[in-house]
Amino acid sequence: MKRLINAAPSGRLQVFLGLLPFALLLLIYLAGSEARLELNPNDKLLPSLTQMGDALQRLAFEPSRRTGEYLFWQDTLSSLQRLGMGIAIAASLGLALGMITGALPFASAGLSPLLTVLSLVPPLALLPVLFIVFGLGEVAKVALIAIGITPMIAREIQRRTLEIPREQLVKAQTLGANTAQTMTRVLLPQLLPKLIDAVRLSMGAGWLFLISAEAIASTDGLGYRIFLVRRYMSMDVILPYVAWITLLAFVMDFMLRQLNRRLFPWHQ
Amino acid sequence: MIEIKNLWKEYDDTVVLEHLNTQVQEGEFITLVGASGCGKSTFLNMLLGTEVATRGELLLDGKPIRNEPDADRGIVFQQYSVFPHMTVLENVIATRGFQQRGWSGYLLGKKYQQAKQDALALLEQVGLSHALGKYPHELSGGMRQRLAIAQALLGKPRILLLDEPFGALDPGIRADMHQLVLQLWREHKLTVFMVTHDLNEGFYLGTRLWVFDKIRQDPHAPQAYGATITYDLPVGEMDSSTLEKIQDDIGTLAPERTETL
Repeated sequence: MKRLINAAPSGRLQVFLGLLPFALLLLIYLAGSEARLELNPNDKLLPSLTQMGDALQRLAFEPSRRTGEYLFWQDTLSSLQRLGMGIAIAASLGLALGMITGALPFASAGLSPLLTVLSLVPPLALLPVLFIVFGLGEVAKVALIAIGITPMIAREIQRRTLEIPREQLVKAQTLGANTAQTMTRVLLPQLLPKLIDAVRLSMGAGWLFLISAEAIASTDGLGYRIFLVRRYMSMDVILPYVAWITLLAFVMDFMLRQLNRRLFPWHQ
Repeated sequence: MIEIKNLWKEYDDTVVLEHLNTQVQEGEFITLVGASGCGKSTFLNMLLGTEVATRGELLLDGKPIRNEPDADRGIVFQQYSVFPHMTVLENVIATRGFQQRGWSGYLLGKKYQQAKQDALALLEQVGLSHALGKYPHELSGGMRQRLAIAQALLGKPRILLLDEPFGALDPGIRADMHQLVLQLWREHKLTVFMVTHDLNEGFYLGTRLWVFDKIRQDPHAPQAYGATITYDLPVGEMDSSTLEKIQDDIGTLAPERTETL
């Protein structure tokens, strides 16, 4: 018998162990749901799979009686647009700020303290300010995501820039490179895979800001919907929506990881 | 070509180098040896422009040497000398891109084709023709250093600085690299400075050997005095007794070689 610290499960066992907690949770839920529904068929707290399926069917494949839209897809589209725009802005700004402060001592002296302080401001506390300044439309929501994530990405990229061995910068200069060439040819390409990693890490925060903004002021979106139906205790809508958001987050993370592997074969 | 006049290097109250006086002619191949921390790498960095002398003058063609790296002085470090995100061929072509003005250093059309031809010829010379599309992490240590040398050479530096370039390589590969460096030095008419841990390397490679050591020692304040050049010997006119004498003087050299692997 090996020591526990050395014993590792084989491939198949590993898959089984990984799926086990999911199966257990599902089982516990189903048992609980059945027990409650048996006592009271109108119970809303733990809907059965069929009830959730019906709710999803209604939202995804039947046009809304009020607006004629397919709410589920409309919500998904709106949310993804906001999240995508917010993250795209944050990634570009964060890359630029991080690379400049990492590469140029003068930029670092001027911007690093500001960046540190800004990254300590809780973005959600700024949400009212954003609503006041930008109104209740799309801009405020996108701005919240961008403002919340940019400092995270910028500081991460700054750290990564400083990690690139000094020798490479000296080498480029001995080959005749000027500052701009060193940054575009030596630093930038090596930072792009780090940027994708940084975006992956900040996706969680991105969703958080998105759902908060939608919950407070919106007319559609995944976050808007779950907070709307909360009033009617519609767990049969909330639970599938949460599962859907989780799935979207997983797929995006997976795609970014694949993108990194495809685009940057030299990056381990 | 290079004149060194009463050069000192100090960090706070630690003297690293003191009282360096010498001259170097175009085309010399100088090997710098000495114990760890004797300041030979510091001296190389001053030639490179990443460190500045505290006192004295370091002149290139009669003018103070530039205090930042430029295309006059090529460098090969022990590691991190090549760009990990470029293939072997791209690494060398990039040199040509860096030589033109502009902000990106990307080459287009005819210029790119010309650079590619030159790069291919040089890679052939250093024996990397079979690995053009590989990334540095797929190469062995010896191949990476060959690449770093090819890259530096395409920049046509007047002075080539080698900072323990073969310290991390196996002895057999090291011998091949010696041949390569000697051949390139002759063909490209370079002035070479090579820092090494390996006294034998210094003894048989190049034209001139500098040994860095402290002349004055204060046992109560080891940092009070710096090292200087204690031997300045023409290579090829020495016998083995000189080698032993130097080995005795700087003592710790031989065992250090093994730990770099």
